[in-house]
Amino acid sequence: MPATAPDSTVAPTGAPDAPRSPREPIVRFDKVRKSFGTLTVLDDLDFEVGFNEKIAIIGPSGSGKTTILRVLMTLVEPESGVVWVDGRPLWHKQVNGKLVRADQRHLHEVRKDIGMVFQHFNLFPHMSVMRNITEAPIHVLGKSKAQAREEASALLAKVGLDDKADQFPSQLSGGQKQRVAIARALAMQPKVMLFDEVTSALDPELVGEVLSILRDLARETDMAMLIVTHEMGFARDVADRVVFFDRGQVAEQGDPVKIFSEPENPRTQSFLKAVLEH
Amino acid sequence: MGLRFDWDWAFAWEILPRLLEGAWITLQATVVGFALALAIGLLLALGRRGPRLLSIPTTVFIEFVRSTPLLVQLYVLYFILPNFGISMSAFLTGVIGLGLHYGTYLSEVYRAGIENVPRGQWEAAIALNFGTRTTWKNIVLPQAIPPMLPAFGNYFIVMFKETPLLSAITVVELLQTAKIIGSRTFSYVEPYTLVGIIFLMLSYPAALVVNRLEARFARYRS
Repeated sequence: MPATAPDSTVAPTGAPDAPRSPREPIVRFDKVRKSFGTLTVLDDLDFEVGFNEKIAIIGPSGSGKTTILRVLMTLVEPESGVVWVDGRPLWHKQVNGKLVRADQRHLHEVRKDIGMVFQHFNLFPHMSVMRNITEAPIHVLGKSKAQAREEASALLAKVGLDDKADQFPSQLSGGQKQRVAIARALAMQPKVMLFDEVTSALDPELVGEVLSILRDLARETDMAMLIVTHEMGFARDVADRVVFFDRGQVAEQGDPVKIFSEPENPRTQSFLKAVLEH
Repeated sequence: MGLRFDWDWAFAWEILPRLLEGAWITLQATVVGFALALAIGLLLALGRRGPRLLSIPTTVFIEFVRSTPLLVQLYVLYFILPNFGISMSAFLTGVIGLGLHYGTYLSEVYRAGIENVPRGQWEAAIALNFGTRTTWKNIVLPQAIPPMLPAFGNYFIVMFKETPLLSAITVVELLQTAKIIGSRTFSYVEPYTLVGIIFLMLSYPAALVVNRLEARFARYRS
């Protein structure tokens, strides 16, 4: 798949039925700003994700990588700027051509397009694996129990856990929990899936099983995938584009091979030197 | 006829059925009052988490009710509200009084339990696009409530032992029954002793159940 360099002139379109090109952005950050106290984590960020694009976001901790995902998942509200998802503003409503702050109903609507897998899984401990996956399709998408269970079984098979449907999260290993969490997010069929350091909380021997699921997923799906990760080898294999994020800005981005072999930005160089030598 | 201080078994057996009827009223008041307190406590806890317009009056209400004696509240409900055209039976008034008073205490239990649900659970609920109602009903409360059970149990027992206050507004519960028997026969030893024994026989097993719950959840947490 070709690397899609950012094309900042592409405007969000309001025609969901038009044929899509991979270059058409499903997500666009337009001068998005967010600080926590005196720390600016998103510094008037401009950033795009193409339809179908798989992006790995790397960078030092505290650089705001996770905040990008959290803003997109509507967990963190930006101070200024506009986030567009599939042509619609995420944190704003359009009223008479003006953008006003979104209400809960609008967020509920736009969130349908987005899914997220968390570093600490956040499975529901009081529900079986099956119910963890079917709960939202039943109560949010209005699917029948039978249909939700059927789809969940297929997803569990895909992540290699078809024998765990009746277990509870406390009975699973970290890697299994994260695979359930991936199945749970997939069950909502989002257009954009966010992965927030999904292997960072795992014991080293369990990282591989989760990464291999993500590799397969990246190959098969037309979802856009935004993957914040410290696994550089994985980032190189799976991503169409690698984004090096530093101090609230995209410091450098491009084809994975190029970023990892001949980074231009000195900050990218020193970051990669530090992590790859480690 | 002077006051008697010796114990008369025949008299004790004779009055026992009436006392048990009183105890039955006490038990009903406790159960209904506590059910009300559970509902009110949850509403107050949710109100406190709501927007300021809701949370400030809720907090004021909670503090007010907790800072005034239950007996005074019962008097207000029973003797003053009728002046404003609200008049209820003594039992209903008593149960509402208990429900309101203990509801404010239970709201604190709910608050602590809800705050103990990890933030990640709320975030997962948002990520899966659950609505507010489903998030509370299916995700947050089912996790928050089990660890609250020991505290609920303790308040249940405390409330049970407070029900004699209802005798002040003419509810003929266990204590009031004993008082009536005593004033008719001038024999107080047997009725009041039996009241104590009946309370003990109901509270103590309940306390054992609560202890077991506590032990269970202590283990669950560790």
